[in-house]
Amino acid sequence: MAAPETSPTPSSLRNAFGHVFSFFILILIGVLAFSIRLFSVIKYESVIHEFDPYFNYRVTQFLTKNGIYDFWNWFDDRTWYPLGRVIGGTVYPGLTLTAGTLWWLLNSLNIPLSVETVCVFTAPIFSAFASWATYLLTKEVKGAGAGLTAAALLAMVPSYISRSVAGSYDNEAVAIFALIFTFYLYIKTLNTGSLFYATLNSIAYFYMVCSWGGYTFIINLIPMHVLLCIVTGRYSSRLYIAYAPLVVLGTLLAALVPVVGFNAVMTSEHFASFLVFIIIHVVALVYYIKGILSPRMFKVAVMLVLSVGLVICCTVVAVLIALVASSPTKGWSGRSLSLLDPTYASKYIPIIASVSEHQPPTWPSYFMDLNILAFLVPAGIVACFLPLSDASSFVILYIVTSVYFSGVMVRLMLVLAPAACIMSGIALSGAFDVLTRSLKFQLPGTSEIFASDAVDTGSESVILNKDGAKEDKSEDSVKERPSKKSKKKEKEKEKEKEKEKEKEKENAGTLSSRSHAGTSSRRPLVLPVEASVIAIFLLVLLVAFYVVHCVWAAAEAYSAPSIVLTSQSPDGLHVFDDFREAYAWLSHNTDVDDKVASWWDYGYQTTAMANRTVIVDNNTWNNTHIATVGTAMSSPEKAAWEIFNSLDVKYVLVVFGGLVGYPSDDINKFLWMVRIGGGVFPHIKEPDYLRDGQYRIDSQATPTMLNCLMYKLSYYRFVETDGKGFDRVRRTEIGKKYFKLTHFEEVFTTHHWMVRIYKLKSPRNRIRGKTKKSKSKSSSTISSKSSRTRKKNPWN
Amino acid sequence: MAQLLKSELVWWRSFNLLLVDLTSQHVRLFTTLKVENNGTDSVSEVLLPFPDHQSKNLAFLTATTTEEKGKSKSSSQALPIKVVNPEGMPISLAWYSASLPKELGKGGQLTLEIRAVFTHALRPFPEKITQADAQLVVFQDSAYYLSPYVVKAQSFTVKLPEPRVESYTKLENAKLSGSEIKYGPYENIPPFSYTPIVVHFASNGPFAVAKDLVREIEISHWGNVQITEHYNLIHAGAESIGEFSRLDYQARPYLRGASAFRHLIAKLPPRAHSVYYRDEIGNISTSNLWGDSTKTLLEIEPRYPLFGGWKTSFTIGYGLPLHDFLFQSEGQRFLNISFGSPMNELVIDNLIVKVILPEGSKDITVSVPFPIKEWQEMKFSHLDMVGRPVVVLEKTNVVPEHNQYFQVKYRFNNLSLFREPLMLISGFFFLFVACIIYTHADFTISKSSASYVAKLQWDEVQTAIQQFQGVMSRCLAIHDKLEASLRDLSRTGDAQACKAARKAADSSLKELSKELKSLLAFLQSSPQAAQILPKVDELVVKEKELQEKLMLKHSIVVDAFEKRSGGRDTESRVASIQQKITALRLEVDDLLEVIDEI
Repeated sequence: MAAPETSPTPSSLRNAFGHVFSFFILILIGVLAFSIRLFSVIKYESVIHEFDPYFNYRVTQFLTKNGIYDFWNWFDDRTWYPLGRVIGGTVYPGLTLTAGTLWWLLNSLNIPLSVETVCVFTAPIFSAFASWATYLLTKEVKGAGAGLTAAALLAMVPSYISRSVAGSYDNEAVAIFALIFTFYLYIKTLNTGSLFYATLNSIAYFYMVCSWGGYTFIINLIPMHVLLCIVTGRYSSRLYIAYAPLVVLGTLLAALVPVVGFNAVMTSEHFASFLVFIIIHVVALVYYIKGILSPRMFKVAVMLVLSVGLVICCTVVAVLIALVASSPTKGWSGRSLSLLDPTYASKYIPIIASVSEHQPPTWPSYFMDLNILAFLVPAGIVACFLPLSDASSFVILYIVTSVYFSGVMVRLMLVLAPAACIMSGIALSGAFDVLTRSLKFQLPGTSEIFASDAVDTGSESVILNKDGAKEDKSEDSVKERPSKKSKKKEKEKEKEKEKEKEKEKENAGTLSSRSHAGTSSRRPLVLPVEASVIAIFLLVLLVAFYVVHCVWAAAEAYSAPSIVLTSQSPDGLHVFDDFREAYAWLSHNTDVDDKVASWWDYGYQTTAMANRTVIVDNNTWNNTHIATVGTAMSSPEKAAWEIFNSLDVKYVLVVFGGLVGYPSDDINKFLWMVRIGGGVFPHIKEPDYLRDGQYRIDSQATPTMLNCLMYKLSYYRFVETDGKGFDRVRRTEIGKKYFKLTHFEEVFTTHHWMVRIYKLKSPRNRIRGKTKKSKSKSSSTISSKSSRTRKKNPWN
Repeated sequence: MAQLLKSELVWWRSFNLLLVDLTSQHVRLFTTLKVENNGTDSVSEVLLPFPDHQSKNLAFLTATTTEEKGKSKSSSQALPIKVVNPEGMPISLAWYSASLPKELGKGGQLTLEIRAVFTHALRPFPEKITQADAQLVVFQDSAYYLSPYVVKAQSFTVKLPEPRVESYTKLENAKLSGSEIKYGPYENIPPFSYTPIVVHFASNGPFAVAKDLVREIEISHWGNVQITEHYNLIHAGAESIGEFSRLDYQARPYLRGASAFRHLIAKLPPRAHSVYYRDEIGNISTSNLWGDSTKTLLEIEPRYPLFGGWKTSFTIGYGLPLHDFLFQSEGQRFLNISFGSPMNELVIDNLIVKVILPEGSKDITVSVPFPIKEWQEMKFSHLDMVGRPVVVLEKTNVVPEHNQYFQVKYRFNNLSLFREPLMLISGFFFLFVACIIYTHADFTISKSSASYVAKLQWDEVQTAIQQFQGVMSRCLAIHDKLEASLRDLSRTGDAQACKAARKAADSSLKELSKELKSLLAFLQSSPQAAQILPKVDELVVKEKELQEKLMLKHSIVVDAFEKRSGGRDTESRVASIQQKITALRLEVDDLLEVIDEI
């Protein structure tokens, strides 16, 4: 209470108090965003999750060990054997560099955190940043209240949590922050017309390009918005400043990232930005010429330019189309194409289609990932139209496009989440605004003030009240002080509100006179007290449900690291740590240069955890190579052995969930192997593996299926566990129960049989096997079959 | 040397009891020697030879005497042992000598207990087994006690882990009973008698060998001793070949997988807390912890069962209360903590113990009860400025018998404890102070200085002058237009158009003069423009004059045209005006240039 004496005007004090208050709220939001993502560490452990994060972790380790220059030149010979992979030139380095810098910074301060720890906590830290960026963006669009609400919503939106829990060290973790921050800077530039922010915007865009392939969303959305502004006659120099530097600087900077390079000017994803760049210059020129010429002259000039321009444009477009059409993918990358045409991937690129996160989402997943936001978004869109500013039109465009993209790919729900949070933040804060205001005006204690306010107009009333408050204060007796003070506070709040309101209205420019705003426009917004109390209660309830849902999602649904599985059984928690068991075994008990073949899902983990060379991994850059592994897995044993041997493979790793009921195992992914393999090597035909169009592994399964390598490696000696060979994932007994392996030998199987590792027998054993085989009939048929397939085998 | 040679002459009579304990992978040799001096001179040392193939595996050797005082055995005393190299003895023997506490006179008797531990002395045979096989090992030794002295009587017992014995060397008096093989008693054995025996038996105990073990003992004077142990483990038994079938292993674990070891037990000190067990790819969930007031037992299971030749590596860590291990004496502090690994039945090929003392420790001395390699390092950790001194102790071939306490003494000032917290506090303090200063002080380069103001004003003047120039040039343009209209007149003869042009020019000139007035007012008011003002004024005057003359000329010409008066008269009038106009025009242009230069 000493503060009022020092500061001259109470309103500035209130302002300062408001700033400090919202600052603390923001800090708390950051803490919330960070801590809600720690469930995975508390419930499981501080470990890297899933598949891609392991690769990023490995790259970060390399970076911290060898430095940045070696990182750019890193040719990784431990993956894609025998091709290798140029990591420095094919990886989005943003995340790695961020975590590496963080680690370096901490270590130079003598805080010895391991690289792993830094990697684990990068995502939560950046989600705190992302919620702050959301605050900034929404504040630019609709003011601080909406900003705070949106930031709080984003801090715990399940969709984003799913990608940024502690340990999920993936590009998206930092990219979402970069995305929102780039949008914020764009809007900020648009609102201020400052070249400083435009430059920052380009840098933020550069960071986004470094971080994630999703940057194409930015470089298409912003041009769309610019085009929208131009079409709707909102061209201004601010728009030009917001856009032109972004394209020029942004493209130059983007081309610096090795993985993008010349793609920044060559691929179709970026054409929209250049087209709009041309358009905005034409428009700028037109506006300039319009300023110089008289209206009549201008009309003539327009006619002239249009007629000449049309002809030129037509020829240029024709040339462009011819150029683009001559390239096979029409200049679009496969993922982008499948965004535009959702059926594209399933038709042409089975690898993209085989990833579950590239599938279209189901309706429940919207509810799961967005919860109440899904219902609040329409209200937010409506709120954005009242009034429609440049910024709010951008947000609308953002939500509309991201809703479309999320409908195509589950993964892009992540891009939708911030937009939904911003919209819902706007809607919620708008609703609370109206409701609390109507409560305040109708409460008995404040009605007088309201009346006096209503009589006075505009800024005068503020001054009057201020004087009144001062007088009150001086005349106050000690007893009355508290009550008076509270009243005063309310009064001041009132004033604040009015001021803000008026400012908004001024900004919006909807109302002609200020004095009018004080009285007439406020009245109709006032709701009955009962209604507003109930509405506030319901809204709070709604938000509470959202919080409960988010905490549940963070704790239960999205915190599992997927390399450690748990199941709740009556006698306590049961841990399935089979993956790491297998990787640890590989890492300690095989030779450093041994090659391990597995389906590509496990490539990153094998290189990172077991430190062994793999044939294919999750960076699916070479379809043929993956198809080769797929072919081997779907071939009979001998043919598979030959393929693997030609690839210098020593161990084959399969994931098998049949014993404990782990559904995402290799048998369930097997059809994709067949499809991808068959896409390149036509002798693998999908119908051979299906009985009447059905995929089955029981006694009805086709002989091709029962004799393929994947089946054999998965079910080798499985029948001896329970005598029947009951597969708990497929819920049937397996078709072929007793068989021997001729070209492979089991070297390791984990505790729950989830990972099985086989070794290729050396060729000498094979000859001995052959002599044996001639005795038994059944195996001779197999060998004859395999010799038949061998002729078609490309690896001979 | 002389004494040693002399001692050779001494006639000894001893009765040896040998016991070899082969129940684990360590070979423990317990020898009880009853020594009698039959010579003439008194002796002070007893020589203990070992064959080379044993001595290279010898990890630990102690000799104790037990003086019998009446009935109660008491005061067993460890004897100092050193490596000696006596001359004239058979080669391929390593010699150790134990010095007796007091010289043994003629006919004196003494009981010596010698305890020797060998590592890697059991050789798996066959060297490669499958999962289903039991592990068989071979032990080789001499049935007679290898001694430079005459042995009066001796018996030798081999203790085995299981009764299952493949074969053993059958000498006379050899007897297998249960899991024990007894050789002897033999009597009156001459010096350096050697009769090799071989025992081939089943041993499925864990042959866990830590190739490397790094123990880090970090002392924090805030009340914690943090111990981190990095193990690099291998199953050093018979190598496993062929398939590993989980099915067989799970269905009949003790038949198919007998040679594998599943778990290790670490016996941690009591009140150990924050125990963890992990490897480089994360936590290992298969471990158990029990504790009572005397010990804490940690049962750890590697990620996979270790078969022969399989390797693994992991880290365990735990915290211990400081007051249990750190003591103070004479202004010094000393740490008293055990040396080896808390895991029994572990052979450690190379053990490195790092004692990390707090930052600011001085005068560090180490005392370890057995010879080791020792040096010092520096380590930088949590916000260190000068680094923490690290005492590094290295020893090869470590067995559980080495689990003795060792001491590290150092001096440490308690005030150093507060260095890091104070550093942090002051760091944040200065940060906030800097923030406060920044927000309260105006760091912008001064805007009130005279030169800055002058520059600003000069900028304004310049813009004004530029505007002025613009106005002037527009005036001149209007003049040109007037001239042009006159030319048009002579060409077309349209007087009306010419008049209209004059009117337009007149009005626009008036407007321009208004603009000029305001600009001039500004220029007059600003001191910066003082030097340029006369020129400007002159220019304005000249321009006015020019304007008037032009108008005059224009009106004359137009009038003359309308009246169609004689050309000569008008021409002469016009010519005089025209002269003036051109002169004025030149002056105006000159002035404009002058102003432009400024």
